[in-house]
Amino acid sequence: MTTATIITDMFAYDFMVNAFAAAGIAAVVSGIVGYFLVMRGQTFAGHALSHIGFAGATGAGLVGLAPLWGLIAFTLAAGVIMGALSERISNRDVAIGVVLALALGFGLLFLHYHTSFATQATALLFGNVLAVDHAMIATLALLGAITLAALAFIMRPLVFSSLQPELAEAKGVPLRTVSITFLAIVALAVSVCAQIVGVLLVFTLMVGPPAAAQRITTGLWGGLFVSAAFAICEAWFGLTMAFYTDWPVSFCIACLSAFVYFSCIVLPKQTRPAQVAPAS
Amino acid sequence: MSAVAFEHVTLQLGGRAVLSDVSFNIEAGEFIGVLGPNGAGKTTLMRAILGLLTPSAGRVKVFGQTPECGNPAIGYLPQLRTVLPDLRIRGRDVIAGSLNGERWGLALSSSRDRLMVEETLEAVGARELADRPLAEMSGGERQRLLLAQALIGSPKLLLLDEPLISLDARRQEIAIDVVRRVCRERKITVLFSAHELNQLLGTLDRVLYLGNGHAVLGSVEEVVTAPILSKLFGTDIQVLRADGHIFVMSRGLDVERTDHLHDHGHDHSHHHH
Repeated sequence: MTTATIITDMFAYDFMVNAFAAAGIAAVVSGIVGYFLVMRGQTFAGHALSHIGFAGATGAGLVGLAPLWGLIAFTLAAGVIMGALSERISNRDVAIGVVLALALGFGLLFLHYHTSFATQATALLFGNVLAVDHAMIATLALLGAITLAALAFIMRPLVFSSLQPELAEAKGVPLRTVSITFLAIVALAVSVCAQIVGVLLVFTLMVGPPAAAQRITTGLWGGLFVSAAFAICEAWFGLTMAFYTDWPVSFCIACLSAFVYFSCIVLPKQTRPAQVAPAS
Repeated sequence: MSAVAFEHVTLQLGGRAVLSDVSFNIEAGEFIGVLGPNGAGKTTLMRAILGLLTPSAGRVKVFGQTPECGNPAIGYLPQLRTVLPDLRIRGRDVIAGSLNGERWGLALSSSRDRLMVEETLEAVGARELADRPLAEMSGGERQRLLLAQALIGSPKLLLLDEPLISLDARRQEIAIDVVRRVCRERKITVLFSAHELNQLLGTLDRVLYLGNGHAVLGSVEEVVTAPILSKLFGTDIQVLRADGHIFVMSRGLDVERTDHLHDHGHDHSHHHH
C-alpha cells in the first residue's frame, strides 16, 4: 500500500474530506491560541473553559439550540469573568477548579432532563469529527478567522504583558483589558477545538503542541509556527490512524499529542549558535 | 529644569500614607541612590514618577510635566521581575516584545527597532547573551539584559528598582559599573534603589533616603548622619565611618544587613498611626 493509495482511499469518502478540513481549521486555531495559553501559564484556565462549555452545550440542547452556540455562549461568558477576576483571586487554581466541577455538574443535570441527548453527550465530551458536515466546516472557518483576527489585534500587548507584566503596566498596557480579551479568544478557540476532539480532550490540541513547540524553539514566531504545524500533523495523522485502525479519532490524536510532547521533553535542549547580525 | 520634582507630595497605598509631605528636586544628569528600609516607599516613589500612582496631595513633575503612563523618556527596571521557568523564549525576543508593546497589532519588529535593540545590547555587552532564554540565565546575566531593555529608546531618566538584588558582590559591582558608564555617556538621570549604600558610594552624586514617611535628599555627608537617619528610621541610629565605608547601626546591629529585623518593628510602628 503506497502513500498515494492511503490518501486516495481515505479521500474517497466525503466524511473523511470534511473531517480533514474541520480538523485542519481547529488544529491551526488551537496550536496558535494555545501557544499564548502555555506562555502565560493559563492552561488550567483553558481546561476549565472547555468544561464550562460542556454545561453550555447540554443546556443549549434543553432549550432547543445547537450545542455549539451554548458552548460558545458559556465559554465566552466564563472567559470574560475569569479574565476580569484573575488579578483579584489570589488562589486561582482552587477557584477555577471549584467552578470547573460545578460546570460539569450542571452539564450532568441538563443531560438528566434531556434523555435523548445521551449519544450527543459522548460527542460533546470526546468529539465527533467524522460527523462534521459542510455547514459546520463553514461555521468553524468563520469562528477560526474571528479568533485569529482578534488574536492578531492584541498580539503585541499580549506578548509584552505575558513576558513582563510589571514593565507592561508601567508602559501603559491595559493589563486587564488584554487579559479579558485573551480569555475570550481562548473561549472561542476552545469551542472550535471541542468540535473536533471534545471538551475533555481540548488539551490534546491546545496544550500538547504548543508545550512541545516551546521546548524546542526559542523564537516567538518560530515557536508559533512549530506549534501550529505540530497541531495539524497530530490532527491529520490521528485521522489517518483512526481510518485504518477503527479506533476513535480523539484517542489517536491524544496519543500523538502525548508522544510529540514527551519526545520534545526527552530531546536535549536546543542550543543555538551565537547569531551573527549582518553589518549594517 | 529638574528631572524629577516632588512638591509636598503625599503618596498613599491602601489608605496608608507611605510618604507624606515630601519635597525634593533631582537635577538632570544626577545619579541618585534611593535608600531606606523595606516598606519605606522606594517602589511607591518610582510608581508615582511613572504615573502609576497619583499623589493624594502635592505635585510630582517629571521634566516639568505631570507624569503619565508610558512616558518614553523614562526607562524602568521593575523590582518584581516575573520569569516563568518553563518559558524558553530567547532574550532578544523578550526585549523586542517590550518595544512599542503598548500598541495593538501583530508583534512584528521593524528593522529600525531591531537595530535599536542591537545597539543597546552592544552598549551593555549583552549581545551574545540575548540568544539564550531568560529562564536559563544567571541573575547577573538577566539583570544586564533587562538593563539593556530599560535603555532602549534613549530615555532621559532611568528608574532602577533594586537592580542588585540576588547578585553576588562582584556581579553587583559589574552592574553598577555598566549603569554608571552608560548613563554618564548618555547624560541620563538615574534613580537607583538599593539596600546597601557602600557599593554605590563612589558612583552616586546624591542620596535620597526614605523612611518613616519622610524623604531626605542630599550628599552622603549631609544625609547619612545619626540625627537624620534616627528620624527616618524612627529609632536611635549610629553612623560609623571606617576605611571608606559607612555603617548604619541600630543598637549594635547593621540595619542594612538586618533589614528584615528592622522592618518588623517598622511595620509595627505604623499600626499606631
